[in-house]
Amino acid sequence: MADKVLMKGNEALAEAAMRAGCRHFFGYPITPQTEISAYLSKHMPKRGGTFLQAESEVAAINMVLGAAAAGVRVMTSSSSPGISLKSEGISYIAGCDLPAVIVNVQRGGPGLGGIQPSQADYFQATRGLGHGDFHLIVLAPSTVQEVIDLTFEAFDMADIYRMPVIMLSDGILGQMMEPASFPEGTGRELPAKDWAVTGTQGKRKKNIVNSLYLQPEELEAKVMERYERYAEIQKNEQKCELFMMDDAEYVVVAYGASARVAKNAIVAARAEGIKVGMIRPITLWPFPVDAIRAATPNTKAFLTVELSMGQMIEDVRLACECKKPVHLCNRTGGMIVKPQEVLAKIQEISGGAK
Amino acid sequence: MNHEIVIAGFGGQGILFAGKVLVYAGMLDGHQVSWLPSYGPEMRGGTANCSVIISDSPIGSPIVNDPGVLVAMNLPSLDKFENAIVKDGYAFIDSTLISRKVERSDVKSFYIPATQMAQENGMKGLANMIMLGKVIRELGVMDMESVKNGLMKVIPERKRDMLEVNLKAVELGYNY
Repeated sequence: MADKVLMKGNEALAEAAMRAGCRHFFGYPITPQTEISAYLSKHMPKRGGTFLQAESEVAAINMVLGAAAAGVRVMTSSSSPGISLKSEGISYIAGCDLPAVIVNVQRGGPGLGGIQPSQADYFQATRGLGHGDFHLIVLAPSTVQEVIDLTFEAFDMADIYRMPVIMLSDGILGQMMEPASFPEGTGRELPAKDWAVTGTQGKRKKNIVNSLYLQPEELEAKVMERYERYAEIQKNEQKCELFMMDDAEYVVVAYGASARVAKNAIVAARAEGIKVGMIRPITLWPFPVDAIRAATPNTKAFLTVELSMGQMIEDVRLACECKKPVHLCNRTGGMIVKPQEVLAKIQEISGGAK
Repeated sequence: MNHEIVIAGFGGQGILFAGKVLVYAGMLDGHQVSWLPSYGPEMRGGTANCSVIISDSPIGSPIVNDPGVLVAMNLPSLDKFENAIVKDGYAFIDSTLISRKVERSDVKSFYIPATQMAQENGMKGLANMIMLGKVIRELGVMDMESVKNGLMKVIPERKRDMLEVNLKAVELGYNY
């Protein structure tokens, strides 16, 4: 393992993207993701890449589409309101079957909202980042190390499945520093990009990148083909961390920054003799349904901890098929749930220490 | 060991810098560390603060709601965080800039005229390092060598000539 460095989550993400071979970044500034752009503006040109601050988010995402069509590794980053602006382009990228990495360092919403950390874009990322029938792979790091590791994964998964991947971060992870190191890569095998529009030089049939299908039969077939790929991803790529789950009777489900808060509460609850553990989704799409399903029979109740009014809670209810009660402990609008609040909720649900 | 520290003051006092020196030094000493800055509009002219955790067990939340240690470098910071300090915690006060005393009787309070000391010793802008010196002395969390290692990481290469005066400032606080 390489030397540990101390970096902000945002800077670590930017550095990891370049080390993963990303040489093209198009963005537009917004708090709390600004360090990603700032870091790349400084370092990308030195490594022979393109950093471009576009005139708007809409322009930036369409530049991403163009670069992705040319077969290069490309990324854009923004925070919540900026991602909404990019949603049209993201739907086009998905409709063109292009790989790209899109970072959302979430802040409070809706509207311009605020600039403090939030997880209120869960629905947007996992359900509806743009119009049409499609999914995005959604990755949710919880530590700076995971920010780095998942950035490598994001580029590889985008290439393998030919689809956009969302890195769903938040203001805490983006701004905090903790020790981390950079891996060499994921070791995944990558397909050739023989679909890229790179100029034929008269030697091959031209490639076309397009999301317009005027014949409904053709569009339906295309969407269905895509959903076969999605099914494969749901089968192969579900990822989560199990924390103190061995004998857990109560199961916290939390991701990203709120999972860190939940860990403090779980350790405190364990000290009181409450058998509580956590399933921490690392992939939000595909959601780790298998882990929730496997835990359901031995679980008395689930508790999601979210920095939103309760969005992931719906996926937990679906995954456990409502066989067990699913509770919510949350703050929103940029307020952060405290470990004591989570602990109190665990005590309430479990009826306290036995 | 588990130290949850809030360093707070005006933007421009080197509040975030002092936190970075602590976490780098802590990391190089082999501890778990985290650093989280405030990044709201309050940074522009009002208070800036950072949460620092140095621990021997894995760190969950990087947010310090109830600091074991408060380093206050202006009055609004003391007003804001005094009641949050845990019982038997520590308060380090820059007494040049904060004229009132800590009202809590259940915390250990230290008054260091750091801004004045910095001015008198030709170390303008290094009151933060003077405070840091006192903090590490009282907490026993690390030695001067660790702080030096931390400073080496945090001070950029092109400003390496600042290392010596920063170290002197830490020593000044350490021996106060």
